[in-house]
Amino acid sequence: MKRSLATVLALGAASALVLSGCSAGDSGGDSNTIKVAYQKFGTFTQLDAHMKEVKAAFEAENEGMTVELVPIEAQQNDYFTKLALMNKSAATAPDVMYEDTFMVESDADAGYLAPLDEYTAEWTDWDAFYDNAKGAGLGGDGKTYGIPMGTDTRALWYNKDLFGQAGLPVPWEPKTWEDVLDAAATVKAKLPDVIPLNVYSGKAQGEAAAMQGFEMLLYGTGDTLYDTEDKKWVTGSQGFEDSLTFIKDLYQGELGPTPEQALDKNVGTLVAAEWLPQATLAIDLDGSWLSGTWLETGTAPWPEWNDVMGQAPMPTQDGDEPGATSMSGGWTLAMGAKSKNKDAAWDFIALALDKDNSQAYDIAASQIAVRSDVSEDPDYQAANPSFGFFSEIVEVTNFRPATSDYGQISSEITVAMEAVMTGQQSPTDAAKAYDEALVRIVGEENTMGAK
Amino acid sequence: MATLTPVRPELEPGRGDAPRPGRKKTGTRRSLVRSVPLLPAIVLLAIFLLGPVISSFYGSLTDASLTGATAQSSSFVGFDNYVELFADPDFPKSVVLTLIFLIASAIVGQNVLGLGLAILMRSSNKIVRAMVGTFVVTAWVLPEIVAAFAAYAFFNDTGTINSVLALIGIEGPNWLYALPMLSVILANIWRGTAFSMLVYAAALQDVPTEITESAEVDGATGWQRLVYITLPVIRRSISTNLMLTTLQTLSVFTLIFVMTGGGPGTNSSTLPVLAYQEAFQFGKLGFGTAIATILLLVGAAFSLVYIRALKPEVD
Repeated sequence: MKRSLATVLALGAASALVLSGCSAGDSGGDSNTIKVAYQKFGTFTQLDAHMKEVKAAFEAENEGMTVELVPIEAQQNDYFTKLALMNKSAATAPDVMYEDTFMVESDADAGYLAPLDEYTAEWTDWDAFYDNAKGAGLGGDGKTYGIPMGTDTRALWYNKDLFGQAGLPVPWEPKTWEDVLDAAATVKAKLPDVIPLNVYSGKAQGEAAAMQGFEMLLYGTGDTLYDTEDKKWVTGSQGFEDSLTFIKDLYQGELGPTPEQALDKNVGTLVAAEWLPQATLAIDLDGSWLSGTWLETGTAPWPEWNDVMGQAPMPTQDGDEPGATSMSGGWTLAMGAKSKNKDAAWDFIALALDKDNSQAYDIAASQIAVRSDVSEDPDYQAANPSFGFFSEIVEVTNFRPATSDYGQISSEITVAMEAVMTGQQSPTDAAKAYDEALVRIVGEENTMGAK
Repeated sequence: MATLTPVRPELEPGRGDAPRPGRKKTGTRRSLVRSVPLLPAIVLLAIFLLGPVISSFYGSLTDASLTGATAQSSSFVGFDNYVELFADPDFPKSVVLTLIFLIASAIVGQNVLGLGLAILMRSSNKIVRAMVGTFVVTAWVLPEIVAAFAAYAFFNDTGTINSVLALIGIEGPNWLYALPMLSVILANIWRGTAFSMLVYAAALQDVPTEITESAEVDGATGWQRLVYITLPVIRRSISTNLMLTTLQTLSVFTLIFVMTGGGPGTNSSTLPVLAYQEAFQFGKLGFGTAIATILLLVGAAFSLVYIRALKPEVD
C-alpha cells in the first residue's frame, strides 16, 4: 500500500530527476550555463537540429558561456507534464523552454515564465513579427511571455493516387462533412485494405486530438468552446454533440483506424512516417507541418510527397460560410522565471529567432512564418510547395481560447472523444459529461448555454 | 521464508522482557535502553513512509496543480477534492475495477495457483520441480517494466497468443482492446504467482509428516488432509501471503499502464492509473493525491480483515 502511494509520489520526483539527469548538480548555481528544454519525439526532430546549431553559434559568440540542451523525448501531453515538473524546482527549471502558445497563459500564472517586455522593447527584430503572432505569446496580465517561432494551420491531406484508384475526383473539394465521410466510405468500399480517414482522437493523443481532431470539427459547426464576447465557456451546444457524432460515425462506422490503433501513443508518428508514404491511409486531418517529416532534412524523407499528397481545406458542417475552417496554434520560446542568468537566456532566444534562424527553422519544420521578413523572402516561399495553400487558409482560421483553464478543458474533450469512439457513451451522454466537468473546472458562473 | 512461522522460544529465567516483581523500574529502563538501536529504523520509517503518507494526505486537501495559478500558490480546500471525487462517475467504476483486479488476480489467482503449484511440486520429482520452479520464478525475477512489455507482446493483437491460436485455426480476440481487464488479470497472475508459490512451498515444509501420515492411516482422503490438516497448519502463512499479495496488487501501475494505459476509455483504469492520469496527465495534483489516499484506505481495510479473520498470532 505504502508502495503504491510512494509510487505515485515518486513518479513526479523521479521524472524530474531523470529529466535533469546529472545536470542538476553542475548547473544549479552556475550562471554561465543556460539550460534549454524542448521537445524531441518521433518524427519531430527539426527543433533538436535547430537548437544544436544555435547552441554552437551562441557559444562561439559568447565566450565562457555553455548551453546545455535538454531534449525531452515525450509525446505532447507528457512533454507538458515533464516540463511543468522541471519548472517546479529551481534546481531543475530551464532558462529557456519550448512552449506551446496555449500553455503560455497557464504557465505564466503558475509563475514558471518570466515576462520579456523589457527585452522586446529594445529588440529591433520585434517589429518584424506580425501582431496576431505577438498576441499568442501574451499572458493574462498583458505581458509578453513567449516569442513565437512559427504558426500553423490544419486541413485535410489526401493521397491523390489512392483517390484515383477509388474513382474519386482530384483535386478533391469537399463542401460539407457529409462529403468527407462519403469519400471515406467510397475508399472503404473500393480499397478495403486502406484506412479511409484519420482524425486524431482519444486521451493518448492529448492536445493533438482536441485541436487537430475535435476543434477542427466544432469550429465548423458555428458553435465554439468559449464565447469571447461574454468571456464564458459554452455548455450544451448542438455543435459539440454533432462533432462527437462525427467521431463516433468515423470510428464506430469503421471508416477510420481501429480504435486501438488510434489510441496508440505513437499513431502520430505512424501516420507521418508510414501510413501516408506507404499509401495505407487515404485522408488525414492534420497540420501544415506534416510535410516537414518528408523533406530531405526530415526523419522520413519522401521525395515524391508533393506529387502524391494533395490538400483540401476542412469544410464546415453544412457548407455554411465561410465554407472552410481551420485552427491555428504555434509554439514560442519562453524564459524560465527561475533563470539565474536572464540576460544570457534572452540573448539565446533572440539569436534562435533572428531572421536567418527563424527562416531556417520555419523551412525545416514546415512552419508558417510569423516574421514578415521571413514570409516575404523568396527562398522561404520556394522552399515548400504546400506553404502557399496553408498560408491561404489563415483567413478562415480560429484560435483556441487563451485562458489558463484551457489545458484541463482540453483533457476533458479528449475524454469525451474516447468515450464515443470506443462506444462507451453516446454523443449526448459524453457531451453531458463534458458539460459537468466544465462546470467543475471553471465554475457555474463562468459558463453559459449555447445561443 | 521460514521466518513466517516462527517457533516461539520458551522464556528462560533471567532473560526476556517479562517484568519481574521488585525490579520493575530497572526493567523499564532496561527495555528503553534496549530499544535505542531501533531508533534509526524508526526515524527512517517516519521520514520515508510516514512522511510521504502525511504529505500526500495534506496534498489531497489542497487545490495544487501542475500549471495555472494554483501551481504557484495552492490553497487549502478542505474535503472539496473528496466531494468532487465521489461525484465523479469514473470513480466508482475505478473502485470496482480495482476490486475485480485485486480479487481475481491476487486473492484467487496468485494464492490458489501458488498453493496448488507448491503442493504439486512437493510430490513431483526433482527435474520437474526444478523446471517448473524456474519457469514460474522467471516472471517474478523480471523487472516490472520488462514483464509489462512481455505481457503486452503476448496479448497484443498480432502477439504471441493470437499467433498460436491462429495456428490451430482460431481467430483470437483483440485481447487488450476487447478484454482489457482479463488481459491485465492474467498478466498479473503470471507475474505474481511465483511469490505465493515460494511462500507456500516454505510453509508446507512445516506441516509435520507424522500428522498427515496418521491421518492417511485413518483413511482421510487427500482433499480431507488438505482442508483439515495442511490449511490450518499453514494458516499464518496464508494470512501473511494474502496481505502481501493484496498490497502488491493494489499498487500495480506499470503493468496496466504499459498494457492498456487504463483504456480503452476507462475500462481498465484502476485506482493507481486513475490517480496518475488525474495528477500528471490532467495536472490536478491535489485531486490525484486524494485518489491515492483512498487507495491507502482500501489497502488498510483489507489488511485489517486478514489480521482479524486469520488471527495469525494466536496458536
